[in-house]
Amino acid sequence: MLTERPITPSTLGVKDLPWQIEWDKDLCTQCGRCTSVCPVNAIELGVFRKREIKTPAGLRTKAENSYSIFYGIRQKTDPAYACIGCSMCNTVCPNNAIGPKRDETSDTLKFHNNRGGQPRTRGGRRNSGESLLDQIKFIRISMLTDPALDAGRHEFRLNTLLGRVQSPEESLKTYSEQGWKPPVREIYPMIIGGMSFGALSPNMWEGLQMGVAYLNEEMNMPVRISTGEGGCPPRLLRSRFLKYVILQIASGYFGWDEIIHAIPEMKVDPCAIEIKYGQGAKPGDGGLLMWYKVNKLIAAIRGVPERVSLPSPPTHQTQYSIEESVAKMIQSMSMAWGFRVPVYPKISASSTSLAVLNNLTRNPYAAGLAIDGEDGGTGAAYNVSMNHMGHPIASNLRDCYNALVTIGKQNELPLIAGGGIGKSGNLAANAAALIMLGASAVQVGKYVMQAGAGCLGSEKDRCNVCNIGVCPKGITSQDPRLYRRLDPEKVAERVVDFYLSFDTEIKKIIAPLGRSSALPVGMSDALGISDRAAADRLGIKYVV
Amino acid sequence: MCRLFALTSRDPISPMRAINALNVMKEGHDGSGVGLCLRGLGGRFEEEFEGCPILSGIFTESGLRRLEQYTMDHGFKSQYSILYTPDHEPPTGTPVRGTYAAIAYKVPRGWNDLTEAQQGQKLVQMRLDLKKMGEEEGDIMVFSFWPDTIIVKEVGDPLEIGEYLQLDANKNIYARRILAQGRQNTNYAINLYACHPFFIEGVASMTNGENTAFIPIKEYLQSRGVLGYSGYQSDSVVFTHIAHFVTKRLGLDIRAYKHVITPLSDLELEDHPDRDFLATIKKSCRKLAIDGPNCIIGTLDDGSMFMAQDRKKLRPGIVGGKDGIYGFSSEVCGLDAAIPDRDRTKDFQPMHLDTVIVGPDCKEISTCSQKDQLPRQL
Repeated sequence: MLTERPITPSTLGVKDLPWQIEWDKDLCTQCGRCTSVCPVNAIELGVFRKREIKTPAGLRTKAENSYSIFYGIRQKTDPAYACIGCSMCNTVCPNNAIGPKRDETSDTLKFHNNRGGQPRTRGGRRNSGESLLDQIKFIRISMLTDPALDAGRHEFRLNTLLGRVQSPEESLKTYSEQGWKPPVREIYPMIIGGMSFGALSPNMWEGLQMGVAYLNEEMNMPVRISTGEGGCPPRLLRSRFLKYVILQIASGYFGWDEIIHAIPEMKVDPCAIEIKYGQGAKPGDGGLLMWYKVNKLIAAIRGVPERVSLPSPPTHQTQYSIEESVAKMIQSMSMAWGFRVPVYPKISASSTSLAVLNNLTRNPYAAGLAIDGEDGGTGAAYNVSMNHMGHPIASNLRDCYNALVTIGKQNELPLIAGGGIGKSGNLAANAAALIMLGASAVQVGKYVMQAGAGCLGSEKDRCNVCNIGVCPKGITSQDPRLYRRLDPEKVAERVVDFYLSFDTEIKKIIAPLGRSSALPVGMSDALGISDRAAADRLGIKYVV
Repeated sequence: MCRLFALTSRDPISPMRAINALNVMKEGHDGSGVGLCLRGLGGRFEEEFEGCPILSGIFTESGLRRLEQYTMDHGFKSQYSILYTPDHEPPTGTPVRGTYAAIAYKVPRGWNDLTEAQQGQKLVQMRLDLKKMGEEEGDIMVFSFWPDTIIVKEVGDPLEIGEYLQLDANKNIYARRILAQGRQNTNYAINLYACHPFFIEGVASMTNGENTAFIPIKEYLQSRGVLGYSGYQSDSVVFTHIAHFVTKRLGLDIRAYKHVITPLSDLELEDHPDRDFLATIKKSCRKLAIDGPNCIIGTLDDGSMFMAQDRKKLRPGIVGGKDGIYGFSSEVCGLDAAIPDRDRTKDFQPMHLDTVIVGPDCKEISTCSQKDQLPRQL
């Protein structure tokens, strides 16, 4: 720091930053890779001058100053350039000479990351590592009278149904009268949740689509991926792979033109249409694609000008009530594909989830309900929304499932739960817990980025710069210099890897519970938790 | 694991025959309880009181008085009853309960104007009322209230209980269709309502093993709005209710039952002649799919008896007999004890796709694989 540097209220020292760069002068070869790779320019090359006082023995000769210079790395202390701990500098360093280190005691930056009156926006997930789903245990193990099944050898049926399933009485009536049957898709119970073309880089998107296609066509797993709002590349819309895709439309209708225009040329129907009303990470808030990421390609696909921020409003503005909105949107989307495609809304978990669900139960065209809990991730949201708003998924989902049980429609309207599944890496256990609480399927986004592409974001405020298009791994960036770091083939490979391991793990959970011939939706007697209040709230066993 | 034994015969036979068969399978059950369902009754119930609803249960003295008051209030008059109050020491583990009763009632005036369904509803409602009354005071336990049906349940070893209740002595409880279960009490507390066989509106069944899909199926059945889908104290009661739901509510043949509880895989359905129908059932009834391991033996209102297995066939089961009498057993030794002079080469052990049915004529065993074409259902 320069001696004449003014000290203002926002002046910070390196110590005030949550992440500090540790740089070893002796190991550094001064190649400069670390500074060039740093997504937030937290470090820069520095020229340091060193003054040494040489004091000879005796009194005859005076002490001398000797000056030398050396080159090194300097960390900036300006809050705008604070290190985000992504560790890309370490990743590219040939000698392991540099790396960020978290200082748990430094939290001063929190008070300064709203300069210019702009509250902080970021991507990622809530800055909270705890997860109720991780506390749930599976306790109904068949040991004594009934042999547990062998996860490796028995046949398992893990697929679930997406779409309105008629009750036995109704379906037999429809069958005998040859009436209209609501479209139902048999899918794998873990869906890749909506991450839009715009939020993700083209390479990431391509990788995911390739992985999904491989899982379907080579591994016989009917995995589905939601597009998120923002449209779909025209070539995909006109390809046979569209059947693996759930097209999302949100209140911004971004990219919807492209989809509508492609309908006559679609070779196959999409798997389903998801109408997005809300996201768990920013409940009651709209989508937000910040201007950094709206490049020529994204602008073209979304049908908007380049380099403008694209917030979609929190409600579907052409309709003035949720009843009207749900009914109209579902009706018109169903009609667009000749009532051959399931259409369902996605909402943030909230106190009004039940109201939306009640609406859907009376709508014969509603194909399900996706509920996104507070731990869901996002590409961009205000820090305050992400950290402090939203409803946990477990109790919200349970309430919805119980509401369906009360009216006898638990078979009919599938619930898709999302938000925080695999937050601590326990993907299969979290998914199984939610399925047993009543979800027909789960959706994951963040885990896909972390496992599929090496996303560095964490729930301790590491990285989380998806919003400004500088993703150090090239996952959420629209800058070719960044996203070419990501090899789509490798992403596809990883997606296949974690799906297969999920498949094995989920079998390892449900086989000892004695389930194999159907997904254990609502098998709440299998669940236990050591938290009395949580056990009572969820209607599961209290075990200590 | 429980042991099951059922007999279907052209002529009424003693329930002790089934209990003896359970006794030879004793290694397979711990004798913690026995349940008996008798249908196609002989003796006076057949000759003089055919069609009269019969209430079976256990009552204390005050319970009997309350029962009398209740039935009178509903216009039911008792016509004939078999009341047995043991005066000797019960076997070890069996409590002294009072009177074991099977009472045939004359129905109130105007009853015949009701439809069959309405009559059924009334009987189910009365049974539920009585059960509730009994649970409040602990003086009444009812197991069934239906024409031509007697159900006996008790805690203890089947053979000892059979002798204690002198089941051999009274020819009026000889029956054509007998379901008997020797219980192994593992998962649940001893509760007579949890003891098999279970009965609802002419459909009775018993099951061994465990049903890991119990909670979702229970919740689903309870939400169907069917009177009598309640009191789930055992994880097997759902099998009876599913059979009732399939045959009575959906109006399907019993051969469709197996398609509901253990649907075929998509691959197997591809070439099936009833592909569309079965796919419809598979989707809409998927909440009723069981996961086993179970062997289910049941009997229907028309007098037929059936056996089916879980998808993986993790429980044994065998059916055999001769013209006039057939047995359904957990083990072949039980069958040997009950019908020793049958042609053993014609014994049939249903596998994971099969349903075995013996009609009320007790003429032959008919088997039905899930891969076979079903009779036209709708």
